[in-house]
Amino acid sequence: MRHLLSAADLTHADAVRILDTAGQMAATQAREIKKLPTLRGRTVVNLFFEDSTRTRISFETAAKRLSADVINFSAKGSSVSKGESLKDTALTLQAMGADAVVIRHQASGAPHTLASSGWTDGAVVNAGDGTHQHPTQALLDAYTLRRHLVGDRGRSDATGRDLAGLHVAIVGDVLHSRVARSNVDLLHTLGARVTLVAPPTLVPVGVEAWPAEVGYHLDEVIADGAPDAVMMLRVQRERMSSAGGGFFPSPLEYTRGYGLDAARLAALPEHAIVLHPGPMNRGLEISADAADSDRAVIVEQVANGVAVRMAVLYLLLAGETTTTRSTQ
Amino acid sequence: MTTYLLRDVSPLGEGRTDVLLANGVIAAMGEHLTAPDDAVVIDGRSLVLLPGLVDLHTHLREPGREDAETIVTGTRAAALGGFTAVHAMANTTPTQDTAGVVEQVWRLGRQAGWTDVFPVGAVTVGLEGERLAELGAMAESAARVRVFSDDGKCVHDPVVMRRALEYVKAFDGVIAQHAQEPRLTAGAQMHEGVVSAELGLAGWPAVAEEAIIARDVLLAEHVGSRLHVCHLSTAGSVEIIRWAKSRGIDVTAEVTPHHLVLTDELARGYAPLFKVNPPLRTQRDVEAVREGLADGTIDIVATDHAPHPREDKDCEWAAAAFGMTGLETALSVVQETMVDTGRMTWTDVARVLSTTPARIGRVEGHGRPIAVGEPANLTLVDPDVRRVINPEQQATKSVNSPFRGRELSGCVVATFLRGRATVLDGSSCDEDVVVAR
Repeated sequence: MRHLLSAADLTHADAVRILDTAGQMAATQAREIKKLPTLRGRTVVNLFFEDSTRTRISFETAAKRLSADVINFSAKGSSVSKGESLKDTALTLQAMGADAVVIRHQASGAPHTLASSGWTDGAVVNAGDGTHQHPTQALLDAYTLRRHLVGDRGRSDATGRDLAGLHVAIVGDVLHSRVARSNVDLLHTLGARVTLVAPPTLVPVGVEAWPAEVGYHLDEVIADGAPDAVMMLRVQRERMSSAGGGFFPSPLEYTRGYGLDAARLAALPEHAIVLHPGPMNRGLEISADAADSDRAVIVEQVANGVAVRMAVLYLLLAGETTTTRSTQ
Repeated sequence: MTTYLLRDVSPLGEGRTDVLLANGVIAAMGEHLTAPDDAVVIDGRSLVLLPGLVDLHTHLREPGREDAETIVTGTRAAALGGFTAVHAMANTTPTQDTAGVVEQVWRLGRQAGWTDVFPVGAVTVGLEGERLAELGAMAESAARVRVFSDDGKCVHDPVVMRRALEYVKAFDGVIAQHAQEPRLTAGAQMHEGVVSAELGLAGWPAVAEEAIIARDVLLAEHVGSRLHVCHLSTAGSVEIIRWAKSRGIDVTAEVTPHHLVLTDELARGYAPLFKVNPPLRTQRDVEAVREGLADGTIDIVATDHAPHPREDKDCEWAAAAFGMTGLETALSVVQETMVDTGRMTWTDVARVLSTTPARIGRVEGHGRPIAVGEPANLTLVDPDVRRVINPEQQATKSVNSPFRGRELSGCVVATFLRGRATVLDGSSCDEDVVVAR
């Protein structure tokens, strides 16, 4: 594996290997001394063209726990906001000797452009590009699902296992969601069944080619599909305004149809868990009852994010033998 | 002026004859013509002779974006592509929306000497879509503008479009519409469908083109005007034009070479070279526009040659400019997709790349029959050559060709503008053209 650009590039073996490695990383994080010497002397650049404190500090923590040097390069307050191009930024980082570039960009495909342009020799990790992909989010979601739902529902070791047989409902703004796209790809690769639930305005034209079912009614999907997990997507309030596209009539109507509240939580199978990539809009796509219930694994997702990103950086920068398929 | 004897050429790909070019016209045709002493003889045994090509849709970028193209570089590229006349689109800076600007472009074209340049006038002031530009003044100027277009932008206001269609009737003008419903395409990056859903790029739905074409053909019918549809790209658009023609509506339509062969699948690598407006569509649409071109529903092929400087394509997809070059590859693409496949003859090629575009643009002296006494605006093509496209070797100032590294059929051997060679042996005749200026 040379880069991590899209969850769709991961083979079944790649994905399971990353999850297994993340499990090993997580085990080290229970120790008193959390830092490993693995990436000492390597430089990881966090290149963030879009604000995202959560994802940036997750990658930063992961790199630092592996003893890598971390440079944070954010668009605001840097030359990028003065109109410097992606190319010149990349060439600058290359000159400084970046071993890995973790990139968050508002343009779909920017990490792909960076990886295929020859502007940098470093490994490129996609930390979210436009409305395209967010592969480490999907990996941490899969890791969380596996921990709770695989191996006698979390009671025994799930190492080496995939997500075969699980049913996951992904609810919300699928159209604009890179989290949804990455999850559909990865969950499918790992053998899970995926149902996308959204008002028809927030489902992309062309979704019929995705390895997922589509439902327009959350209550029906919960009642008929008995999902093992529901993944609630963030819905931006501005999407309802005419300028934002007028995708739904009002936040209240959205919440009535697609919000996860106490009643819908109660209707889920007893073992089902609730995920959310954060940050949450409490009261819009998820009620406080659901967000704070013991079924919600939202805080744990954050911790798992560090372990998964450690695994990805480790495999890209220090993985010696590789069974994975190059994305190039 | 040099006299040329084209020996054993095949006019429109039918039969063999000698053709003598003298004093700017076709002076004689027939077997075994005697070459005058000073004549340059061109062995044309494997060559097809076409009327000089006429492009109804070229972006020469001058004035304003001379970093992308100039009238000299763009028309030199056009000559190498077999063109003897090009229509220069109005989206320059300043906009070609006054008699002064169109006359400037027209004069620069004459000075350049590579092809005739017919400026297209903007329909509305500054392409803003609000107020009609001085269409009459442009029509009466030295540039004699007959084609008006806000290309790059759609004349989306139905009242403005209606007025424009009506107004240009006074001087036999035509409105060439860039059909793109703006509200349905806000922020659009590529064709909306399976590929855009996967790539997370904002979709440019086919309906945004088709809805405007449907409206415009009905408006043209209502006011009895002439409408030309630029670069139609979808199967649905072909159906609407077919229907409109069956009703007797005075509409013509064009397709670009790239929409005859490339599809939205090419966006998968996020290479901005394939970012164009209207976007590359699906294989089904490609098949439909080929069918439409073959059966005459689509009247012409026009290049929509859209040069851009490197930095506007050397970036992430969303930041890149829309457009691709096409003057030096258009004829090859038409040959490969339509002639080599047996769907069209060379006579058809002359119709869609010369005769009909000249008629739509009301251009005199171009797109004429190959006959004694006609102006010697001619193109010699070798259809048997295969060549690999290298944008760095093209005459256009920009390198954003989508056919980079691709092998295409056929090449232009010679181009004659009123009997003067602008291209010989596949190379431009720089000295001749400079001397003739």
